[in-house]
Amino acid sequence: MAKKLMKGSEAIGEAAIQAGCRYFFGYPITPQNEIPEYMSRRLPQEGGCFLQAESEVAAINMVYGAAGSGARVMTSSSSPGISLKQEGISYIACAEIPCVIVNMMRVGPGLGGIQPAQGDYFQATKGGGHGDYHLVVLAPSTVQEAANMVMEGFDIADTYRIPVMVLGDGMIGQIMEPVEFVPPKKREVPPKTWAATGWSDKSRPRAILNSLYIEPEEMKVVMDRLLERYELIKKNETRVEEFMTEDAEYIIAAYGTTARIAKSAITKARAQGIKVGLIRPITVWPFPYEAYSKAADRVKGFLDIELSTGQMVEDVRLAVAGKKPVEFYGKLGGFVPSADEILEQIKKMAEVK
Amino acid sequence: MAVVFEKTKMLTDVPFHYCPGCTHGIAHRLLAEAIEELGKEDEAIGVAPVGCAVFAYNYFNCDMMEAAHGRAPAVATGIKRVHPDKLVFTYQGDGDLASIGTAEIIHAAARGEKITTIFINNAIYGMTGGQMAPTTLEGQVTTTSPYGRKKEHCGLPIKMSEIIATLDGAAYVERVSMHDVPNIIKAKNAIKKALQYQIAGKGFSFIELLSTCPTNWGMTPADALEWLKDNMIPYYPLGVKKEVEL
Ligand SMILES: Cc1ncc(C[n+]2csc(CCOP(=O)(O)OP(=O)(O)O)c2C)c(N)n1
Ligand code: SF4
Ligand SMILES: [Mg+2]
Repeated sequence: MAKKLMKGSEAIGEAAIQAGCRYFFGYPITPQNEIPEYMSRRLPQEGGCFLQAESEVAAINMVYGAAGSGARVMTSSSSPGISLKQEGISYIACAEIPCVIVNMMRVGPGLGGIQPAQGDYFQATKGGGHGDYHLVVLAPSTVQEAANMVMEGFDIADTYRIPVMVLGDGMIGQIMEPVEFVPPKKREVPPKTWAATGWSDKSRPRAILNSLYIEPEEMKVVMDRLLERYELIKKNETRVEEFMTEDAEYIIAAYGTTARIAKSAITKARAQGIKVGLIRPITVWPFPYEAYSKAADRVKGFLDIELSTGQMVEDVRLAVAGKKPVEFYGKLGGFVPSADEILEQIKKMAEVK
Repeated sequence: MAVVFEKTKMLTDVPFHYCPGCTHGIAHRLLAEAIEELGKEDEAIGVAPVGCAVFAYNYFNCDMMEAAHGRAPAVATGIKRVHPDKLVFTYQGDGDLASIGTAEIIHAAARGEKITTIFINNAIYGMTGGQMAPTTLEGQVTTTSPYGRKKEHCGLPIKMSEIIATLDGAAYVERVSMHDVPNIIKAKNAIKKALQYQIAGKGFSFIELLSTCPTNWGMTPADALEWLKDNMIPYYPLGVKKEVEL
């Protein structure tokens, strides 16, 4: 398929459709309205269903119902809306229902602003809702990558019966880039024999999609199963990009939009003789701890850059384990750092005047 | 030997966990029988609430999903949009439906979602031990209205059937009671009719069943039925509240 110039949000919508998603439930919030708008146009053309829910709470529960009855389903929102979805996400995680959830992060806390931010990292990667669960969290840094992640996200979700989150920011949703929709590498996706579709096929057990286990013995079985699956996902799905790290003396840690700007800064720094590279988590859960811990043995220091007060930096420090200094530069308020600004920070770290 | 009575196949053999004299069990049987009589056993998909009926997925012998507190109508919406030809129902208590899940039920009804909701109004939060519900009657003593529910403090009980009936998407709305046999028979007919409205694709259908919670009302099952008749029916008048042409 030829490349097409598309806005990030629309590419996300089209990618979902290309991946066989025919149901979308959402509630308007800036800066991601182009996703539901796109789906409301496209899904009826594909014989699917777009429904604007009365709230994010309802939207995520519609996802629970539709995905629980066997369909590929997506919802999207931005930070405050994702907060409202957390209850449903926790239930979906426990009931082991695959779906794709997109969060185009905006600046917060509270109502915050509508500019890009990365303040939902903790929420996305450490749980977010109540209880002990994880989502697979994919963090795109280009429009193309966002499209790829949505398409593969459905396969990952179905393979592991787990909700997948695409964690972008307002920037990724708004920029236009050429994009093509390439099916991900084929996986053995198990059939959804567990789905509630009406019990006409008595060769399968009666479907019960549930997250209530009053007996500790039963709850433990479910949690053990989840834990085992999380370990398997860590082993199979952890993804990271290393950019100019081979001879690097300093490493930048960044994801999403920030990583993209960091790359330009790194090119500039290299031109000035500073040996710096980038380690960019592609999956922020599972987090690529190993890439950082290995680098810690050979580099002089790390600089973590985020659009937050410092969230992913905790994982980087966990990986580096005190072996080398880990500096932090956070850009707040909805501002995005320029390449030159990051270059300044690199120089400061490398003590180049 | 001739079989004169058989339990409906729409109920599993799992014994109900409900308290003695609780009307949840009756409501389950009425709904299950209605589904079976309509020949829809293999096409039914149910959504259980959070409340005493949370384990409904163990009892209804069809595919089931357990929803978060109050969210059953949204879950049922998702199911029905994927499977428009299936018979989708929610079974919800008054805390679940008339308090935490008010938005979900109102909007499912307003959209004319082709699902059927069975609403168990027992004027109390049964599962959590007898706290005040939005349907608790004025003056009624509960664990969180120990001096009796006061209008000045928290208003008067919500009449959900009347509210739902105002919405264009609602096709059939009826309030029935389970306090005696004639009313139980009426309740069964109402449930069956509601399901028929769904099958005919007419829109949202809603049956409110006035129910008892002898345990948290602090009454014997017989006294509870009497209390329902004397106190709930005057405030919650029985009858059809909305009926489009079938
Ligand atoms: C989000 C959330 N809040 C509170 C609860 C606790 N809770 C469980 S059941 C219930 C009330 C149920 O009452 P009702 O819906 O009237 O059902 P009944 O038990 O009376 O049949 C509450 C508040 C919960 N499970 N989830
Ligand atoms: S607590 Fe009340 S509603 Fe719940 S099972 Fe017992 S009698 Fe029924
Ligand atoms: Mg109740």
